[in-house]
Amino acid sequence: MASTSRWAGLGALAVFLAVLPQVLPNNYYVDVAVLAGFNAIVCVGLNLLIGYAGQISLGHAGFFGLGAYSSAILVTHYGWPPLAALLAGALLVGLLAFAIARPILKLKGHYLAMATLGIGIIISIVLNTEAQITGGPDGIAAGNFSLGGFELKGERAWYWVIAGLLLVTVWLATNLVDSPVGRALRALHGSEVGAEVVGVDTTRYKVLVFVVSAVIASIAGSLFAHYTSQLTPTKADFFKSIELVTMVVFGGMASTFGALVGAAFLTMLPQVLTVFEDYEPIILGGIMMGTMIFMPRGLVPTISAFLTRRRP
Amino acid sequence: MLSSFLQFLISGVTVGAIYALCGLGFSIIFNASHVINFAQGEFIMIGAMSAVWLADAGVPLPLAVILAILVTMAVGVLLEKLAVEPARKASVTTLIIITIGASIFLRGLAQEVWDKNFHKLESFSGETPINLLGAVLMPQTIWVLGTAVIVILLLAWFFNRTLEGKAMLATSFNPLAAQLMGINTKRVLLISFGLSAGLGAVGGIVITPITFTAYDNGIMLGLKGFSAAVLGGLGNGAGAVAGGLIVGIAEAMAAGYLSSAYKDAVAFIIILAVLVFMPNGLFGRKGTERV
Repeated sequence: MASTSRWAGLGALAVFLAVLPQVLPNNYYVDVAVLAGFNAIVCVGLNLLIGYAGQISLGHAGFFGLGAYSSAILVTHYGWPPLAALLAGALLVGLLAFAIARPILKLKGHYLAMATLGIGIIISIVLNTEAQITGGPDGIAAGNFSLGGFELKGERAWYWVIAGLLLVTVWLATNLVDSPVGRALRALHGSEVGAEVVGVDTTRYKVLVFVVSAVIASIAGSLFAHYTSQLTPTKADFFKSIELVTMVVFGGMASTFGALVGAAFLTMLPQVLTVFEDYEPIILGGIMMGTMIFMPRGLVPTISAFLTRRRP
Repeated sequence: MLSSFLQFLISGVTVGAIYALCGLGFSIIFNASHVINFAQGEFIMIGAMSAVWLADAGVPLPLAVILAILVTMAVGVLLEKLAVEPARKASVTTLIIITIGASIFLRGLAQEVWDKNFHKLESFSGETPINLLGAVLMPQTIWVLGTAVIVILLLAWFFNRTLEGKAMLATSFNPLAAQLMGINTKRVLLISFGLSAGLGAVGGIVITPITFTAYDNGIMLGLKGFSAAVLGGLGNGAGAVAGGLIVGIAEAMAAGYLSSAYKDAVAFIIILAVLVFMPNGLFGRKGTERV
């Protein structure tokens, strides 16, 4: 991607994010938009790992949850300022991701899927079980996010914070993709041995991307802990991890814009499907299968390929 | 002391046998197609739920069991035909999402066709416990272990002695060469899904008198089965059986001696430890990558 089109894409996203709240009729819609924003931030990070480095993680909700619970626990039990708690959570997740990345990223394909799935499930079981610290299945309330006397309250205020953070994340991700790191990542996605032969330190890059995507998830998680009134372990469980991977794959792997579309679409879908009540899982599962069968590369790459083919 | 150890061992081997059957299901499909079928756990649930449903409707138990296995195998074959076959050329990640979508779909369907309640199946031969060195052995436990052993022996016979089984093994080693030798690899894929679904159903049905079943029972069983398959080395049948028993026994011991809350975590802690030190599982072949 040339740098001009990258700035154009970022600009378009900024305009879209600026206009969106003007057309949303009430705070319920703003709330859905904020939730989509949280998912989008995590997905842009996860897409770096899945789409560009070609490594699947079925445990990313665990990192999101670890960040969220670090914030909630440090703020409520120990009286830390929210920003310090957020940074502590990010540091903890970063160190954890780094410690597990080296042995785990040596694994390939399904073994890596299994390892990340295992880590995610262990985190979720610990959060459910250590009730005296985490509140167990009932959850924990982290209170409002405040910084230097300013308190972040209400859906609309949160919207601007999340929109800003999303722009920063997309900017970082596109930067990374266009840098030598990005080229190295694409090389190792194509053929790992091939990349090594031409001198790419594949393990180092995989570890880097794994840590970056985990830290992004953790920061999003920390903020989410303050946004939601009650943080529960379901935000860190296996289904949440699956949901995140689905968003990335649905929107289109190796497409930052695709990750945004996937996150937005799949955040809205359950809201729409609630009218179907008990049929919701049937329809959701059907949509997941259908898109992957008919558009195996995901929504955005398929549509853009279709559009370029039609252009003379 | 000894009796409680024996008690934990019995329950570990019993549930481990189910993980082993489920792990075998993962391995068979993986061998035929390199697909990880995350809907494997749903086969266990569908087998169990349909057996309960048929038995409750007054169908004699042996007939209900056979019909339930056939229903599940039909679901497996349909899944292959409608969802996996059309996406054969897609990436591993895409195929994982398809099978996860299928598992959500099947769970939703089960919730509609049946309900959200727990169900129990009558024990196959009474509830009179057998005393074994101070530990209690339920007759159904013998059914579970006996069935698992018979099924595993039948599978070994099928893969080593029949043309169909050998064709499946050949396909797992080299699909292109197998195709050139006149093996219908599409048919192999179809059989592998039918077979895996049947395995899941058998496991689900024999364990239900002990553990109950519900529409969402398949998730954890499936993930544990996947752990078993990975632990033993993906695609390695004997490895999957060993992996299932290891996971089951470790889990029962952890629940008995440490904490039952962390029972479900044990399987995943073992798998992480093994993967860090043996990246191809306990008995897996070392893979090489072609450039």
